[in-house]
Amino acid sequence: MSARSLTLTSARRRRTDVVARWVLAVATVLALVPLVLVVYYVVNKGASAWNTQFFTKDPTGNSTGFGDEGGLKSAILGTIEIVAIASAIAIPIGIAVALWLTEYHRGGWLGNVVRYFIDVMTGVPAIVFGIFVYLLLVIGQPPASAYAGWKGAIALALLMLPIVARSAEVVLLLVPESLREAALALGAPRWKVIMRIVLPAALPGLLTGSLLAIARAAGETAPLLFTIAVTSGTTFDPGQRMNSLPTQIFNNLNSSSDPGLISRAWGGALVLLAMIFVLNIFARLVSRRSPAIR
Amino acid sequence: MNGIPRRSDQGEEALPETAAAERQQNSPWTPSSATPIAATRSRAGDSREAPSQGRAVVLADLNAYYGKAHAIKGVGLDYAANQVTAMIGPSGCGKSTLVRCINRMHEEIPGAYTTGSIMLDDQDIYGENVDVVAVRRAVGMVFQKPNPFPTMSIFDNVAAGLRLTGGRRGGKRENIKDRVERSLRGAGLWEEVKDRLSEPGIGLSGGQQQRLCIARTIAVEPEVILMDEPCSALDPIATLKVEELIDELKTRYTIVIVTHNMQQAARVADTTAFMLAGELVEVGPTERIFTKPSDSRTEDYVSGKFG
Repeated sequence: MSARSLTLTSARRRRTDVVARWVLAVATVLALVPLVLVVYYVVNKGASAWNTQFFTKDPTGNSTGFGDEGGLKSAILGTIEIVAIASAIAIPIGIAVALWLTEYHRGGWLGNVVRYFIDVMTGVPAIVFGIFVYLLLVIGQPPASAYAGWKGAIALALLMLPIVARSAEVVLLLVPESLREAALALGAPRWKVIMRIVLPAALPGLLTGSLLAIARAAGETAPLLFTIAVTSGTTFDPGQRMNSLPTQIFNNLNSSSDPGLISRAWGGALVLLAMIFVLNIFARLVSRRSPAIR
Repeated sequence: MNGIPRRSDQGEEALPETAAAERQQNSPWTPSSATPIAATRSRAGDSREAPSQGRAVVLADLNAYYGKAHAIKGVGLDYAANQVTAMIGPSGCGKSTLVRCINRMHEEIPGAYTTGSIMLDDQDIYGENVDVVAVRRAVGMVFQKPNPFPTMSIFDNVAAGLRLTGGRRGGKRENIKDRVERSLRGAGLWEEVKDRLSEPGIGLSGGQQQRLCIARTIAVEPEVILMDEPCSALDPIATLKVEELIDELKTRYTIVIVTHNMQQAARVADTTAFMLAGELVEVGPTERIFTKPSDSRTEDYVSGKFG
């Protein structure tokens, strides 16, 4: 029996190792290139459109040299308000659904049916929710036959709901069973176990999931085109037509090839990007504060 | 009767007979089982300073199921008040399931249920109109792996039981502070943590975490404490501390401890019960179980022939 060799393995193995490392590195770079390019273009083209007027005036739709160019005030405020309403609807309901699935119906057939529908809903294209709300709320009922901000918020909420519910369920399942047992064995009623033990432990993950849903909804155009229509004035009344960033960007690009309008569309895209960026940082800060499951 | 879920018409009069029959079958040692109860009670009566006292627990014809699997088969067993009873037996013999029946945690598992009765003094914890939450306040539990609440400080962990269970009963802040200190002292942890009560409970060492969990359990002032292999995740020094603690705690609580470690059973338990495949094989004073067991299976197990 020969002595065991402690030198490196065969040349072929070493070659394979090097090749595999390179393949992975190249794949990573390939994935990053479009991402970096998108951010670069949006920042580059969008930043030049940002000025005081951009944030303080409503859109006018005027091309360069045809009067007041306006800004995107109504679109920015509209997006914030509509997404806030949609979140207020979708996040509590989504988390409630997830709690129902994890805390009360784990493994039951009814739970599986609900979970299946949530998965299907996650895959439904956004425009379908737009059409649904359009048919049901915009033209469906004669007295309600008008575009309105709250209808857009409902379309977005429908879109967010499965994302929130599914991500919350995954996070709640990560909360160790031993914590629930510890609390139950102390003589805590189940609702208190959920409120005081399970939810705090899952909070960072719940926030991340909710923010994913918000980020997704903030950029959706199709459901809003059918529900809030396009308008330019600023309003805080969700019963009125409202403006939003995605629809305003759509409108700018749709109406002409004027460089001024296109530049303002880039500016709007940058605002969306910045909003999502800020939300993400906020979420990270919050989850770093609480010592729980990440 | 096995396999039929508990019904309310299983009258309490019928149960003691069944229980006695079960014990006759399962435990040859039944006749003298009354003695230690009386002895302990009088002894505890002299030395006791604390306000609470342990209560006796009597299992009668207890059956536990996981769906169709029959995990506990007609066990009858007396846990004397203010005594430590060790449950020993090979893995999967049902010792953990059995103690989880005593605070009704068993039924938290989907599909799991029990039949038979468990009397806490004169109340059947599986009786009608019994609030499972109240049962768990009277019968505390310490788990195998230390499980302090990760989002809470040391103080809040101990106070958790009071806050989680208390609406009003939790009482004023001052009150909670006293209870937390008393519980931490009771768990022998106060001196180690008194200067860092606001630090997270998961920052403690494993042994300290387990004593924190014991403090959390006694803060609710139960009468019975169930311990499911409380030392299996601890090193020998931490184990020793927990064992010393168990010895102190029994003046105030009835303790049931599940253990894989026969030396541990010999060290801490007044009474030892040996289980095998869901059945109670033998129960008796610890010394006798380890030296002169009457069942050959017990002898094989305690002498290390299997298990």
